[in-house]
Amino acid sequence: MKQLVDRTPSYLADEKRSDKAIGWMQDQLPKLVLAPSFTVILLFVYGFILWTVYLSFSASRMLPNYEWVGLDQWERLWNTLTWQIALDNLFIFGSLYIVLCMLIGLMLAILLDQKIRVEGGLRTLYLYPMALSFIVTGTAWKWFLNPGLGLERTMHEWGFESFKFDWLIDSEMAIYTVVIAGVWQASGFVMAMFLAGLRGIDNEILKAAQIDGAPAWRIYTRIIIPQLGPVFMSAFVVLVHLAIKSFDLVIALTGGGPGNATELPATFMYSYSFTRNQIGVGASSAVFMLAIIAAIIVPYLYSELKGGRK
Amino acid sequence: MTAKITIKKTFGAILRSASLAAVTSAGLVSGVQASEVEVLHWWTSGGEAKALGTLKSTLESQGVDWKDMPVAGGGGSSAMTVLRSRVMSGNAPTAVQMLGFDILDWGEQGVTADLNDLARAEGWDQVVPKALQKFAKINGQWISAPVNVHSTNWVWGNKAVLDKVGIAVPENWNDFIHAMRKVKAAGYVPLAHGGQAWQDATVFDGVVMATGGIDFYRKALVDLDQNALSSDTMKEVFERMRQLRGLVDDNYPGRDWNLASAMVINGEAAFQMMGDWAKGEFLNAGKTPGDDFVCFRTPGTQGTVTFNADQFAMFEVGRDRQDAQVKMAKAVLSPEFQIAFNTVKGSVPARTDVSDEAFDACGKKAIGDLKEAVASDSLVGSLAHGHAAPAAVKNAFYDVITAHFNGDMSAADAVKQLAASVKNAS
Amino acid sequence: MSARSQDRPSQDRLSQDNALRSAIYWRALIYTLLIVIAVIYLAPLFVMVVTSLKSLEEVRLGNMMALPLEITFEPWVKAWGTACLGLDCNGINGYFWNSIKMTVPAVAIGTLLGAFNGYVLTKWRFKGHNIVFGMMLFACFIPFQIVLLPMSQVLGILGLANTTSGLVMVHVVYGLGFTTLFFRNFYEAFPDELVRAAIMDGAKFFTIFWRILLPNSGPIIVVTVIWQFTNIWNDFLFGASFASGESAPITVALNNLVNSSTGVKEYNVHMAAAITAALPTLLVYVVAGRYFVRGLMAGSVKG
Repeated sequence: MKQLVDRTPSYLADEKRSDKAIGWMQDQLPKLVLAPSFTVILLFVYGFILWTVYLSFSASRMLPNYEWVGLDQWERLWNTLTWQIALDNLFIFGSLYIVLCMLIGLMLAILLDQKIRVEGGLRTLYLYPMALSFIVTGTAWKWFLNPGLGLERTMHEWGFESFKFDWLIDSEMAIYTVVIAGVWQASGFVMAMFLAGLRGIDNEILKAAQIDGAPAWRIYTRIIIPQLGPVFMSAFVVLVHLAIKSFDLVIALTGGGPGNATELPATFMYSYSFTRNQIGVGASSAVFMLAIIAAIIVPYLYSELKGGRK
Repeated sequence: MTAKITIKKTFGAILRSASLAAVTSAGLVSGVQASEVEVLHWWTSGGEAKALGTLKSTLESQGVDWKDMPVAGGGGSSAMTVLRSRVMSGNAPTAVQMLGFDILDWGEQGVTADLNDLARAEGWDQVVPKALQKFAKINGQWISAPVNVHSTNWVWGNKAVLDKVGIAVPENWNDFIHAMRKVKAAGYVPLAHGGQAWQDATVFDGVVMATGGIDFYRKALVDLDQNALSSDTMKEVFERMRQLRGLVDDNYPGRDWNLASAMVINGEAAFQMMGDWAKGEFLNAGKTPGDDFVCFRTPGTQGTVTFNADQFAMFEVGRDRQDAQVKMAKAVLSPEFQIAFNTVKGSVPARTDVSDEAFDACGKKAIGDLKEAVASDSLVGSLAHGHAAPAAVKNAFYDVITAHFNGDMSAADAVKQLAASVKNAS
Repeated sequence: MSARSQDRPSQDRLSQDNALRSAIYWRALIYTLLIVIAVIYLAPLFVMVVTSLKSLEEVRLGNMMALPLEITFEPWVKAWGTACLGLDCNGINGYFWNSIKMTVPAVAIGTLLGAFNGYVLTKWRFKGHNIVFGMMLFACFIPFQIVLLPMSQVLGILGLANTTSGLVMVHVVYGLGFTTLFFRNFYEAFPDELVRAAIMDGAKFFTIFWRILLPNSGPIIVVTVIWQFTNIWNDFLFGASFASGESAPITVALNNLVNSSTGVKEYNVHMAAAITAALPTLLVYVVAGRYFVRGLMAGSVKG
């Protein structure tokens, strides 16, 4: 807390109020400017969260209904097989997605950082998937992964008869195709974050290390990567956010199938709230999702805002 | 304790009045013109869109503009999201394509229109089959205009493929499986299928009927009797589903139903187990029933009909828009539209006083089967299409059916889960 | 190290040679790796573009990776102007403009508000500013599905249901967390001394913002605009729920088109429509991409 006070711009604590005739209006102006945004967030984010929490204890089915039923909906949620599948999938998908995006992103950033001639072009190539929604690329991906139409057929036509790639239709493996498409989309973005981080590292330290004759890989593992700590943290948070919200991805690629093998909490919540007329169960799953998110994000926010970065 | 309840009640009341305010402000905010109907539907596929186009032109000739609101995808599930959002915002569309229990559920929310005056004038009570009226009325009040009667226990076959392989129309389940194995041996895809939950469930409808008969169907899928759900008959149903799984091609996951139909149309596959909307695709491709393709009831289910009926549920709209709404409802049930629409769509008219003259061989058979089923009380709602049980239960069935069909769950496990999952949802 | 090499000059030259050679190998390896990965990343877009230029016949028979034997722009013309979505056969062009009408104001308003918020939260701190910021930031992480129902009710009360303005409002609200985050982190690194000096000179709150901070915010504006533009343009959930029908954005129309299949799926038309829907965001990335990394460097990454 001490640091916080220290970092407050000194002019705010100055004598300005006494020696200048700034009116109340001027004094309060910054808060007034911030107020609408904050109010809107309070209402449309926190208000709606409270509303959802309430609904998770209500008898809501078709439309919101405010009759209190205690933990009934929560019991229903935990008795639902699909919810267990969705949670397992979130775990598989989330961890693989985050780890792979980080690894590939970091690798690409390091490779691109080797004074590559066409860096600008390549960077755009790696980044572009982030620009496209899965509503757009879903058709192409579905096609690609379909054994009878896509990659498998293409490889067969090119003479690799024994090539087999049928994960999309295998209920055990389908979730991994979701990971592949997800990594394809987000890893370029992570690359950009790491690249920005690499460029921000003090050149003097690197030069000193190079003069010492340390091999390149050791410079990376010992000096550079440890300095990227904050970038890892930011990338992690962004990826958690994307992983939990992954919705278009699943809808466009597998629609939750085969069977319900690729259901994720986001798709589960959507289908219970909107197509199964069980808003109460949908709301309780939403609250649970929010709790996961809060468990990850709040400590991060706390350390970020408390610590200060300089 | 009492204090707590009071707080709860007050909170509820406040929220409720807020939502009421939203609903009542409906008339003020709608951007819809008085002589316009706004129609939310998911009939975007070729044959269906063509069929619906006839309604649009009928209405336009009466001076009613058609504001099209197609929301494709998910067998109408995306459309239901839109509807909910529109109703919550107090700005419901004029008419919404809807099925079975969904209509009743919406009716219970008190957001639907009252069509009783029109129904009385038009004599709907006399011409619409009773089993269908159950889904178009709530507490004796008409809220929705039935468009057609579909049935799901159909199989569609490519005539040329059947002739080439040398198989006749199968009479019972074993014949059917045997025939498909022959087809497979001849190098064709025996069963064209799309691995989407509702398609899996559509097949399930037919298999349950073929395996257990009408009484079992009613007990298990309508009355949700736990004994029936966990019976050996149900186990056999799942075993038969597993047989069918071995007869579809490898690329079935996620395939749309009309693409599966296309496989039969192109002679890539021999059969498709699908409701009679599939016929629209065959006709749209210029095929003739009897010559190019054959239609028959799922082997072992002749005499019974598992039906689902598309309807236009009418929502409460501002007074200025009611006139157009009534015109639309009237047009939907008019014999002219019923014939024009159903000959294209592949279904049977929703009123019994329409001649079958304009219909093709499959249509005539469907109309005959329906009459027979009504007479012998063998007309039951399709589970897969929301006419046997409400949405929550229907989806609980979906979960197990689709998990079993697409995974490696054993029939015994599937039965166990089905009973548990249905119990949890009802 | 250097002392030893002076002792053995010949070996040093040898190792220099080796080093040079292995350096060349290394670079060749790096380039190969980068290019192979680039090809993999490009593959889906490549398939989409190639397919959109083929006739339907060729799509069905040919290999999906093969170049078109005969290039046709028919699918593009059809997707833009005559493809059927539901009962209307006017293509996707109307929806394209809907998306523009929605995205441009939403991005502009969202970015401006974010800039103001960031300015206040760094240069005009007040007691509890961290809590305020934390709460705004957490808003980035809520799953949007939960706001659909209450939001439709609010939009109904405000009379904005099923309008583009309603969608703009929704996107501004749920973009605020990110825009504020970007600007706040950027302005955090902006020297307080400049602000202080301006105050000494008698500049007021808004003057400082317009004259001093905003002109120096180039990189972060780029990042924010790219981020917001992509998210809003690509949004499907809000568009589908709050603006179906005539005011639907292009993603919703695209979804309708792709699912509006007759017995034959017109893959080439679908692909042409998909690329059309993606063009604006692709353009933004290609044109502004280089500023993006620079902008990320300038602050937001340190987040």
